Amino acid sequence: MPKTGSLVQTGALLIGLLFVITVLWGAVQPREPVAYDPVKAHFEHPEKMVWSHNGVGNLGITGTFDRGQLQRGFKVFREVCSACHSINRVAFRDLAQLGFTDPQIKAIAAEYSVPSIDENGEATTRPATISDKFPLVYPNEVAARAAQNGALPPDLSLITKARHDGSNYVRSLLLGYRDEVPSDFTKADTLWYNPWFSSLAIAMPPPLAADEQVEYTDGTAPTVKNYATDVSAFLTWTAEPKLDNRKETGMAAMIFLLVMTILGYLSYRKVWADIKKPKRA
Amino acid sequence: MSFPWAKQYQPTSEFGKYMDSRLPLPRFIYGALGAGYPTPKNLNYFYNFGVLAGVALVIQIITGVILGMHYAAETGVAFDSVEHIMRDVNGGWMFRYMHAVGASFFFAVVYVHIFRGLYYGSYKPPREVLWMLGLVIFLLMMATAFMGYVLVWGQMSFWGAAVITGLFSAIPVVGESIQTWLLGGFSPDNATLNRFFSLHYLLPFVIFGVIILHVWSLHIPGSNNPTGVDVKTEQDTIPFHPYYTAKDFFGLGVYLLLFSAFVFFMPNSLGEPDNYVPANPLSTPAHIVPEWYFWPFYAILRAFTVDFLFIPAKLWGVIAMFASILLLFFLPWLDTSPVRSNKYRPLNRALFWVFVVVCLVLGVAGGKPAEEPWVILSQVLTAYYFAHFLIITPLVARFEKTKPLPSSISQAVLAKYGMGPSDTPGSNLGGPATQPAE
Repeated sequence: MPKTGSLVQTGALLIGLLFVITVLWGAVQPREPVAYDPVKAHFEHPEKMVWSHNGVGNLGITGTFDRGQLQRGFKVFREVCSACHSINRVAFRDLAQLGFTDPQIKAIAAEYSVPSIDENGEATTRPATISDKFPLVYPNEVAARAAQNGALPPDLSLITKARHDGSNYVRSLLLGYRDEVPSDFTKADTLWYNPWFSSLAIAMPPPLAADEQVEYTDGTAPTVKNYATDVSAFLTWTAEPKLDNRKETGMAAMIFLLVMTILGYLSYRKVWADIKKPKRA
Repeated sequence: MSFPWAKQYQPTSEFGKYMDSRLPLPRFIYGALGAGYPTPKNLNYFYNFGVLAGVALVIQIITGVILGMHYAAETGVAFDSVEHIMRDVNGGWMFRYMHAVGASFFFAVVYVHIFRGLYYGSYKPPREVLWMLGLVIFLLMMATAFMGYVLVWGQMSFWGAAVITGLFSAIPVVGESIQTWLLGGFSPDNATLNRFFSLHYLLPFVIFGVIILHVWSLHIPGSNNPTGVDVKTEQDTIPFHPYYTAKDFFGLGVYLLLFSAFVFFMPNSLGEPDNYVPANPLSTPAHIVPEWYFWPFYAILRAFTVDFLFIPAKLWGVIAMFASILLLFFLPWLDTSPVRSNKYRPLNRALFWVFVVVCLVLGVAGGKPAEEPWVILSQVLTAYYFAHFLIITPLVARFEKTKPLPSSISQAVLAKYGMGPSDTPGSNLGGPATQPAE
């Protein structure tokens, strides 16, 4: 089909030139100089921490959660964060993974009340049981904003997966409040300057104010830095509660597949032996 | 189906004979993937990727069907149902991560498969229809992956759906109506989510059907091979089973190792954190980006920044993005060189690698926010993308000097082991092999 061929080629040449000229016409247009953006200039990337759940080389390939750290983080969360933030995707029964016993979990759950209906069908509340999820702090977004001066404290169940480098991000943010605001950046008086927050101005007041704000009972130093680290580890767990299970399964899968692949390679070599080393005919 | 020396299926058991005269399914498999399919004996590891793509599809279908048992396509609960799978369904996290990572791997494998075809000239006669069916599969995959990503109903799902369906609004006069029709409303909502779920469940089986046509079409001329030289005698081929079944099994093992490394140790590394934020129509993410496998096309879409010839820039971008894939359908008639394999086309081979780099850099640029230097880079590389296929390829085919071809696959293989009548495949013993001109 030489005729069709040359027709296609002529058409292609014309269409090709059209696309090339059009896109390059855009490329040669004068560009507006990029305006200075103080948000970009002052934004900080999270500080890298060594995490127990990141294992060897902090690579995240091995490593399991540090149960003690998760329990401390949970304590910080309950005494500080939970005043405004929920972890609504986590059930009380999940706390067993942190090393709590059944009676302990029942006691923790009983401290919370969840919506229910009474015998007359009227709305009421009841103490939570282990099968309930951690209740919301505010019944809805409007209530939250009304109570928080217009801001919405997000649910923290998934926060470490919903941000780049989430565990480090949460920790850096908690420790990142700065009193001095750069002269070229303006913010509302109700907001706080924090160069780790995407817009640099965050509505949340510094939640971790002073050492010994939360009591630690396991000998860990009760410092703001430790609070931030521990609660970030805890929020890593709320976002990825199956992390330990996942890596354990992964190791087994990798070992199985490695053996299978080696056997596959050996049988491939054997099957192909006569083809790979051809005899002179 | 292919060569006269193909082995014929011989039923051995009584049951086998009974079935063979009623429903010869074993005969069919034997001829398609068994000892009855003579295959060039010089296929390298790049030829594993067709089978790997098939496996990737099967993994997507199996994990997808399981996820579908626990997923709820309703905007109020869709995101919650995904988290329910991650937290409360037995092994749910594993199926969900396999499905999400599996989509990325499916595309990675298919991209290697496509570039393999480009390098060895597998689109050339008599395999044009085979090539086009592959492109149909690729287009179906893109639609399926896009709709699947929306099902999560996270921020990037929602805004991705808004942006991609918004492309159709660039069409003059009827564009807005088409977008509304696609979404089932004026913005992505429950109607959108429901139809995307329905289609996301349907299309993989359509893909499966087209794969059957793809493989059927493959079996008429048989596989191409790294020399690009036609199979001539029985010496050039080996039965698919056990040779390539063994090789594919080994390749599959390597693939699954890499796949597992991602699924179990870095499952979220290929995704966007924003999609762990539930969809919120009132809050636009700072950077809306598709998944990595769409980045090169996203770069082409955004590269057109000025109105030209009364066509608005946005429409140019949309036309160019679709054209960048559709032009591949014409490739068999754009590259008219009678030599298939780039092994024997030094100039075209160099240009192939330039093109690979262009695609990779376009991909990087497409994943970045629309800022300099990425915009100008996208524009120059987009120009090259079109020039490569529509201008350079036809010219090269016309004017390049190719190297002499080996007289047969066997000769090339023997030469590789230093046992042939000559030591180099290009030494032209017996003259260059003739290949079909068309």
